[in-house]
Amino acid sequence: MPDIFGVPVVVLLGQIMLGLINGSFYAVLSLGLAVIFGMLNVINFAHGAFYMFGAFVTWLCLSYLGLNYWASLIVVPVVVGAFGVLVERLALRHLYRIDHLYSLLFTFGLALAMEGLFRYVFGSAGKPYPVPEALTGIFNLGFMILPIYRAWVIVASVTVCLLVWLVIEKTRLGAWLRAATENPSLVTAFGINVPLLLTLTYGFCVGLAGFAGVLAAPIYQVSPGMGSNLIIVVFAVVVIGGLGSIGGSILTGLALGVIEGLTKTFYPSGSTMVIFVVMVLVLIVRPAGLFGRET
Amino acid sequence: MTTLVTSILSTLNRPWLKWGALVALALALLIAPFAVYPLFLMNVFCLALFASALNLVLGYAGLLSLGHAAFFGGAAYVTAHAAKAWGLPFELSVLLGVVFAAVLGLIFGLIGIRRYGIYFAMITLALAQMIYFLAVQMPFTNGEDGIQSVPRGMLLGLIDLSDIRAMYFVVLALVVVGLMAIWRFVHSPFGHVLAAIRENEPRAVSLGLDVARYKLIAFVLSAGLSGLAGSLKVLSFQLAALNNVSWHLSGEVVLMTLIGGLGTFAGPIIGSAFVVALEHVLTTSGLPVSLVIGVIFMACVMLFRRGIWGETRARITAMLERRQ
Repeated sequence: MPDIFGVPVVVLLGQIMLGLINGSFYAVLSLGLAVIFGMLNVINFAHGAFYMFGAFVTWLCLSYLGLNYWASLIVVPVVVGAFGVLVERLALRHLYRIDHLYSLLFTFGLALAMEGLFRYVFGSAGKPYPVPEALTGIFNLGFMILPIYRAWVIVASVTVCLLVWLVIEKTRLGAWLRAATENPSLVTAFGINVPLLLTLTYGFCVGLAGFAGVLAAPIYQVSPGMGSNLIIVVFAVVVIGGLGSIGGSILTGLALGVIEGLTKTFYPSGSTMVIFVVMVLVLIVRPAGLFGRET
Repeated sequence: MTTLVTSILSTLNRPWLKWGALVALALALLIAPFAVYPLFLMNVFCLALFASALNLVLGYAGLLSLGHAAFFGGAAYVTAHAAKAWGLPFELSVLLGVVFAAVLGLIFGLIGIRRYGIYFAMITLALAQMIYFLAVQMPFTNGEDGIQSVPRGMLLGLIDLSDIRAMYFVVLALVVVGLMAIWRFVHSPFGHVLAAIRENEPRAVSLGLDVARYKLIAFVLSAGLSGLAGSLKVLSFQLAALNNVSWHLSGEVVLMTLIGGLGTFAGPIIGSAFVVALEHVLTTSGLPVSLVIGVIFMACVMLFRRGIWGETRARITAMLERRQ
């Protein structure tokens, strides 16, 4: 096996793979953040908490209800999404008219409260979750070894991202959504129930975070802190990509995951910081983000 | 009953009442360390200065920073290292912390100040997280253990600060100086420009004001004062640890400012006293602190955005107006 800059190719590919997995999570979460921001003008700080909530519901389903992974893949996003609908109806809705900073602060409080609650009930320690039977084992690609579950995470999240992108860019529902972003009162005049559309968008995107939580449960330990550690990185991803474009946020997420993986191989101690460094560089060169429009 | 209320209200308007209240407060603060655990009060003072410094940008300039813990904690680490490893005297250690925080504030500001509202919040949060990871990894911070038993040193080489009451009065004096600086700043022409930018930025630009520069100066000042608060806290508790740089603290200080009253002078002070006291009660009761803090945060945003002091002041003014 050849080396690249003194690093065996197998190791390098392995790290790129790990990077792609992290990148898939960045992509799914930043996609949700971008859609919520586009539609509701809300920066959903609680997105990481919903992801953590999803992972916990998955773990609870298995431990107490005996629901397996595949059932969780359907049930958990619905449960988390329903919770999101409640949050939007009871609280966020009343904050649309005032400064956006208040909805950011509200979701910040929500994230703190959720993390605190789970820490109180379940403790800080991570809970292991088994990889589902059908996805255990490895693919031997000849040049590298790929655990099947990891391949599944990448495929599943990229598929979901693409579906969301297609729905928003190519369907009638997506056209309504985009129109409601541009001019909600005009869309209302056409007889479309915009408030309902907003509620469902929020619920759906939060459900998406829950879905990411299900995917994450077998890879990472299910713990109360898993969301807040991720969400700050995702914020940096969103700043890098710019909030304007959905496709952009997917690409940025994946790319930054790979960059992080590469940094882990060549300069391990910089891996936690590389995304923030990229953010600073992007802000200096293109303040609106790679795919964003200057507002 | 109404006559009683009106008579109370009319006395509220008298200037002698204001001075009387200030004198009473000063007396209370002088006696307090002999009645209450001084470290608790020092914690309140440091966080009151921290929240007031944040209020300078959040309340007066309308910039939401979610990364102020980087200045507070960064200064705390620098001061602790200067005092312990380099053996620098008290004044120099604190000064180094403040300068470090101000320079860091300048860097954050230069990177983020041109982005508005939400973007600015996310950028400061991400940059502060970078400082957090640096604090985790750099050898001099000792990672999870932090820098322990930091010596307080001597004030001007004369007064031994290892005596907690001596330290109490030094912290009190420096915090009062910091708060007075904020008061001066807010009530200067510069402060009025900041308020103008907050209220209507395009108009401020059209008046020919260099908006970015004004915001940047306010941000650097706020960072420096946050650093002063961090340095004083680390010398009071003699411990620099990771919780001083974590995003939780950045959020908590926003809560203190919000719950007391954004853009009011007394608000952040009242808010920080409230939150510190609440946390003190909660840690002894065994209830989860961040759950309660989070719920209060949400309630505050939903129900009383003007905060404790903002709400009280608005009520009093309304009643006075009704009477006239």
